[in-house]
This record gives sequence, structure tokens and C-alpha cells, in this order.
Amino acid sequence: MKLLVCVKRVVDYNVKIRVKPDGSGVELANIKMSMNPFDEIAVEEAVRLKEQGKATEIVAVSIGPSQAGETIRTALAMGADRGILVKTDATVEPLAVAKILAKVVEQEKPDLIIMGKQAIDDDSNQTGQMLAALLGWPQGTFAFKVNVGEGSIDVTREVDGGLQTVGLKLPAIVTTDLRLNEPRYASLPNIMKAKKKPLDETSPETLGVDVSPRLKVIKTAEPGGRKAGVKVGSVAELVQKLKVEAGVL
Amino acid sequence: MTTLLIAEHDNAHLKDATHKALSAAKALGAPVHVLVAGSNARAAAEAAAKLEGVEKVLLADAAPYEHQLAEPTAALIVSLASSYDALVAPATSKGKNIMPRVAALLDVMQVSDITKVVSPDTFERPIYAGNAIQTVQATDAKKVITVRTAAFPAAGEGGSAAIETVNAAEDPGVSTFKGEEIAQSDRPELTSARIIISGGRSLGSAENFTKYIEPIADTLGAAMGASRAAVDAGYAPNDWQVGQTGKVVAPDLYIAVGISGAIQHLAGMKDSKVIVAINKDEEAPIFQVADYGLVGDLFQILPELKEELTKAG
Repeated sequence: MKLLVCVKRVVDYNVKIRVKPDGSGVELANIKMSMNPFDEIAVEEAVRLKEQGKATEIVAVSIGPSQAGETIRTALAMGADRGILVKTDATVEPLAVAKILAKVVEQEKPDLIIMGKQAIDDDSNQTGQMLAALLGWPQGTFAFKVNVGEGSIDVTREVDGGLQTVGLKLPAIVTTDLRLNEPRYASLPNIMKAKKKPLDETSPETLGVDVSPRLKVIKTAEPGGRKAGVKVGSVAELVQKLKVEAGVL
Repeated sequence: MTTLLIAEHDNAHLKDATHKALSAAKALGAPVHVLVAGSNARAAAEAAAKLEGVEKVLLADAAPYEHQLAEPTAALIVSLASSYDALVAPATSKGKNIMPRVAALLDVMQVSDITKVVSPDTFERPIYAGNAIQTVQATDAKKVITVRTAAFPAAGEGGSAAIETVNAAEDPGVSTFKGEEIAQSDRPELTSARIIISGGRSLGSAENFTKYIEPIADTLGAAMGASRAAVDAGYAPNDWQVGQTGKVVAPDLYIAVGISGAIQHLAGMKDSKVIVAINKDEEAPIFQVADYGLVGDLFQILPELKEELTKAG
């Protein structure tokens, strides 16, 4: 079974982002960038499937500027076999990402695609579902557990109120939730080995995908702040204030 | 121009997320139809017909929609889409699963998780876990939108819309429902509760959640929540998690106990009307967003709070 994993280069999850004063976006210059955490979980799951003998090859794809190649190298160091960078400096919206990935799928013909449920920059939570739609494949989103069978896969999903298990025919798409696994750190020897693994480059133009945005970003603003309130001295004072001042009890 | 709102329900009951998403759907300014896709779901359709401001309810009652799996449900919505200018759903786990599939089939770029309708084609939505708010204008002729329910008030009742049955669309037949484990509880749901009390890693164990948090939740009729650290440590189930990667809530009263206030957690609760923080570290960032802070040992404070609340009635 051949696996495709999709990885995105995003602002590191530990970085407190700043909105540009002119409202034109978020400050990205000289900011630490990393692989989207949900995509790390996707790579880990793929590598585990290969270690269990259920997968034969893992191809890691990323769409972005040349530095997104580093994100692919991270996936290769974790255990993916080769990479494809779809190089573009444009902002690519989830729908266009899904269209690009659909073209890559046409060429690579994977049996299973694993990707993060959302990227922690634009928090859209769309790409996996959109790719599934474009390919006419089933989708197992927000995966908590996956169980690969013969020609099918069972995905236990995180849903409101608990868990739901669906059975999907392969080929299929799985998007990862936080509890699916704990991603490994790449070891130094594996990081060195990853430098020798093949990494092909293509572009949205070569693949024939129009990436013009459909959403026009009017402005980006700081969220309305909350002011710190008061410290109360005792439980009795707290209950009194909640009852009388705030009126919420 | 008409808007189609996809109802959140469990066939027998309409969920509160529908009432809230309806407020966003109405803000688009066009008449609103509600789609109830389910199996033996007439009760949910009848509840939807009573919502204020609903012009018509469409009921698609067929076996493939029992659990509203993405593949058949998206096919159904697409089959109805030509009559609508906007397709709206609450950003619940069902809405988030189904709507991007609908959007891609219609070649539309979805606007996810909107928190405000600025105009019929312009919306506010949080990015970077709510650390920035983006205003976006959707240029596609058709709009596909999911709604952050915590940001909108629940629409009231008082309507009497007609219920029209619609035909099922062809089931793509690539997915089957195999089972579910849904926690049964008499407590209010986290996303619609008026009061929430959440615990962090300082609770120290699952037993302490039961011993210290639960009695207060019982007294207040509150839902129970947890920080990601508490969930990761196994002190609380995952569906209690409040935060960027869990549930986003905005109750009238949010009580954060032993929660330091990581960005990830604040993203899930900072729109609550009144926030109370109880923490032994007076420098904890949670105090920067709390209306009322109480510094001290939670194991002493919580039993005392339970007693005071009982006295206060």
C-alpha cells in the first residue's frame, strides 16, 4: 500500500503571533516556522503503518515557498521515503491546495492519504474534506484511531460528545486529530539520511492548477482584548460578587 | 436569494447549535430554509419548523442520513444547492466534516468558523487560534459557510414553517457507520451550557475532578470542562477539552480552576461573559482575562465554594 502524507510549513505553535499595525496581515518576518503539528501526527501514523508492514512507500508533499522543502526534509527524517515540493510563493487557499493535491494523486496513485485536520495558521479545517470530494473518495476526518484492513479502513473519529467509527473503502483520506499518536523526534542519523532521499519539485502552473484566491482578505486585526478584573479576597466575596455585581448566579 | 441552513440534530432532537447558526444565517438578509437530513427525523424537522424566522423546512428522511456521514450528506446538499445562494452549517464536528466536501463539489472556497456577518459576502473569522481576526470577502457566487456557534445568540421559537420532504440523493456507497461511543450525561452540553466549570492539570487526578469539580457543577447545573493538559494527563475525557483544539465556548459564567491560561486554552473560552479564575499562582496568565480572580489552594477553595454556593441557593 502506498501512502501520501501532506505537510504544511506554518508559524511554530509556540510563537505568539503579532498582527501588523497596518492590518495587512500577521508578522511573518524572522519568525520560527515548523511543520504543522497535525501534519506531524499524519507523518507519524504513516511511518507506523510502514513499520507494521502495512505500507510499502510514503510520499510526503508540501505546497509553498522553497523553504517548505525543509518541512518535507523533516517528514523524510521521520521516515517518509521521498518528497514532492509544489513550489509557489503565492498564498494558496484550501480549495486550490486540494486541487493541486488531486493532480499529485493522479500521478502518484496512493491507496491512502493522511493529512492534518487543520493548519494552525488559518484554522480552516477544509483541505482533507475538499480533496476527498474532488477525488470522489471517502473521508475519515479527526481520526483518533485507524485500522487498515484488506481494501478498507476503519477510522474512529473524534466527534462532539465522544467517538464514532466509520468504515471506508480504499482509496480513502484520513485527517488526524491530536490523540491519534505522539510523533517521534527525528534522530540525527535519520536527519542526515533524509538529506539523500529524493525530493522532486513541481509547480501549480506545471500541474495546471489556477491558485487565484477566492477569498479577499479585507483586513487582519487584533482580537478584542479582555481587561484583567479584580482579585477577590475570599470565597464568600467571590460568590457575593457573582450574585450581585455580575448577576450570573 | 435564499439561504439553506443545515440543521444539527440527532433525529429525535434539534441541537442548540442549529438555533445559533440560524442567527448567523438570518444575518445574511435572505429568507432561510432549514435542511434536516436524517432517518426517522420528523421530530427534529418539527422542532426546526418552530424556529423564529424559518421560511421552510426540508426533510430528507432516509437510512443513509441516520448518522449524517459526510459522503451521502454532502451529495444530498449538492443536489439541493442550485436553489440557494448560501449554504450555512454550525461548525460542529458534523458541519466541519460535511461542508468543505460540499464546497469543493460546488467549486466554492468555504468560509470557515465565522464569528460575525459584516455583510452578505463579508465575514469575520478567527485565525491563529483566535490571536488575530480576519475580515474576508467571499467572491464566489455561492457561499458555503460554517458558523462558530459560541459567537451568535440562539434564535428563539415562535415560527410555524411548512415541512416539505425532499428526495434522497444517490449514496456514493463508499462509507459505512460502524459504531459510536457517546458519553451519556444529564449535564448540559459544553457548547450550550450557561455555566461551565473547568479544571486543569493542578487537579492532579481524575478522582479529584469527581471529588472537587463535580459537586460544584451539580450545585450550579453547570457543564464540566478541562484544559488540554488535564486531558493529556488522563484526568478528564477528551470531549471536555476547551481550547483551540477542543471546544470553543462562551457561557455566561466560566470558572477556570487550576488552569494557568495557555493561549491554546484562552482561545476556547475568552468570549465567556464572566470569567472566574482560581489558581495558586498569582502570576498565572489566566488572571489577565479573568473578571474575578481568587489566589489560593484549590483543594481548600473548592469545598468552601461548594458550601457558599449551596448557602447562596
